[in-house]
Amino acid sequence: MSHKPFNFRKNVREALDNKQLRGNLRFAMETMIRNRKNLFNDPERLEHLRETSSAIRSKSLALLPRLLEKLEQNCHQNGIKVHWAETVDQGNRIVLDILNSRNVKRVVKGKSMVSEEMHLNRFLEKNGIKPLESDLGEYIIQLAGEKPSHIIVPAIHKNKKEIAELFHKHIPDTPYTEKVEELNAIARKVLRKHFYEAEAGISGVNMAVAETGTLCLVENEGNGRMCTTLPQIHIALMGIEKVVEKLEEVPPLLELLTGSATGQRMTTYFNFITSPRKPGEKDGPSEVHLVLLDNGRSTIMADKQLYETLKCIRCGTCLNHCPVYTRIGGHAYGYVYPGPIGTILTPQMEGVDKTQSLPDASSLCNACAEVCPVKIPIPDLIRRIRNDSKSSSGKTKGSGSGRSLMESAVWKGWALMNSKPELNRLGMKAGSLFGQYLPKTGPLGKWCNIRSMPVPAKKTLHMMADEEGVDRD
Amino acid sequence: MSYNQNKPDTVYFFGTCLVEGLYPEVGMAAIKLLSKAGVRVVFPRGQTCCGQPAYNSGFPEEAKKVARHQISLFPEDHPIVVPSGSCAGMMKVHYPILFAEEPDQSEIAAFSERIFELSEFLVRIMEFRLADLGDPVSVTWHSSCHAAREMKVIEDSKSLLRQLHNVSLVDLENEQQCCGFGGTFSVKQPDISAAMVRDKLEAIEKTGASEVISGDCGCLLNISGAAEYLKSSVKCRHLAEFIWERTHES
Repeated sequence: MSHKPFNFRKNVREALDNKQLRGNLRFAMETMIRNRKNLFNDPERLEHLRETSSAIRSKSLALLPRLLEKLEQNCHQNGIKVHWAETVDQGNRIVLDILNSRNVKRVVKGKSMVSEEMHLNRFLEKNGIKPLESDLGEYIIQLAGEKPSHIIVPAIHKNKKEIAELFHKHIPDTPYTEKVEELNAIARKVLRKHFYEAEAGISGVNMAVAETGTLCLVENEGNGRMCTTLPQIHIALMGIEKVVEKLEEVPPLLELLTGSATGQRMTTYFNFITSPRKPGEKDGPSEVHLVLLDNGRSTIMADKQLYETLKCIRCGTCLNHCPVYTRIGGHAYGYVYPGPIGTILTPQMEGVDKTQSLPDASSLCNACAEVCPVKIPIPDLIRRIRNDSKSSSGKTKGSGSGRSLMESAVWKGWALMNSKPELNRLGMKAGSLFGQYLPKTGPLGKWCNIRSMPVPAKKTLHMMADEEGVDRD
Repeated sequence: MSYNQNKPDTVYFFGTCLVEGLYPEVGMAAIKLLSKAGVRVVFPRGQTCCGQPAYNSGFPEEAKKVARHQISLFPEDHPIVVPSGSCAGMMKVHYPILFAEEPDQSEIAAFSERIFELSEFLVRIMEFRLADLGDPVSVTWHSSCHAAREMKVIEDSKSLLRQLHNVSLVDLENEQQCCGFGGTFSVKQPDISAAMVRDKLEAIEKTGASEVISGDCGCLLNISGAAEYLKSSVKCRHLAEFIWERTHES
């Protein structure tokens, strides 16, 4: 978690040693993978949808400054007040000022990854306001004092037994029960009271439509609708990249978002928020605020390769399909965004000098690229970040910090060995004679932690081919 | 592509570094299968490695140097057949990306067009037919990540196995999930890699098959190394070797 110093290697070890976590993750991820697969059972249609959505996201980014202006203009016309935050501090300050100036003390919150980026809860708590997380998963981890371990299903690392214990311990007069319906009812009862009492609701935004000034919010529990309609004040938090130009661009993105995330054709609730309560309307907040957060996104936008990171619609399916994420879980990644998307986003936001060996935490198996609904070439971007980490002329924040004289020398030697056939022959020969006597240290030692030593063949393929008279030119 | 119309009379063979040093018998089996399918096979001297290890580790200049050396060894316009989905993917999919900013990028792209994975070439171009001479056996199949998701040749590989009437193919759970090799990944993140290969071994053991077959020596080195270390009974074999042994008259 972010308040502890980040130690990726240690996080990984602890996660791998946690059999319960592995079991929980495996079961949950395999279910989500299966649901997605069952829903998208027509590969051609899926591919068409991905092409369409990828193009929409690319176009939105290409037009970003113009679309954001248009969004602001149209929101303003609709009565939604737009605030711009370049940094997390500015974003937090904007939210606090709105709450303080209206003397708000009770706040309910819907799920928002941007609020995690801002560490908003921590900030507001320091300033005397404790927002209550109302998404069931977020509520569970707030009780546990933890951070989300997944973008879509934040408490996926917990099973019902762990949740039963949490509820029993933290919610007064709650008997221990592992029955899902009963656990749901307990949470609902607590949350309902807060929805009625809250003076402000905070939510995320899945996408915003520039031409209409509409905020779109996808959710399954109805808590998002409660947060955005019951309290008098609604504050929506959004990363600047989430804007699209037209209303007609929402359906393909929405279909892929819910299908990729949970395998649902559509979520239980889909909220279009286009204004505060109008005269004569019976419900809805009297004020709606939209906080647009940059937090490094403009810098990412400026890179002609890495900008694709911002196409992400936060469906989380790259996490579900990642063989690394499914073994170490979200908390090991240390920062806000875990999994493959985190592996490319975190180093860009925080700097490769801060993220240690995180960019190496991918076997480049391409499972993420295969399922990404907007076709972000995640493995290519991981490679790019690795390049930047090894080169001081890279553009990612902290570039060159991963470079060591030793490793550079090894790769120079490797390149020489593999571009000079005489040297290569000599090396292969030495390998076949002495390879098995090499000390098991360094990379070879790490290999041998769980594998036997590779045994070089007595004859190389070149030697065998010569003996068998294979044509050489 | 032009090769699809006609069967070529000559192909180049790119052996890969793992086959060169650790699995030469796989390379020989592949060359013999290609010959049997009816093409002359040229195996140019001096070839080493496709360059993928440096490319994936943040050293693109070193990768380019090694890649350029390979490219220089295949001057004629023959198809280039590679007994590895991963190395083939590097040469076909990634060379154009690696050299995208270079003045000769179009020549590199033309080189990449000539790359074929072994089973892809045998099935799609040569329409290779097999007659099984081996004893009844049940095997399972592990898809290498890049054979599946970059070269997209898994159906070709499996169709070769299905032609062998005495071989029954048992499904492997999470067949397309990475075995944890990932080249330098296996030593840069050894703990995660170890967890992945353990799961892969467990899934293979569960099939009850006597062998796991795959098209990539990287996966095989990883899985067989772990099987030996953990004293598992799992045996691994490359597709080319498995097929050659069952289809040639000794």
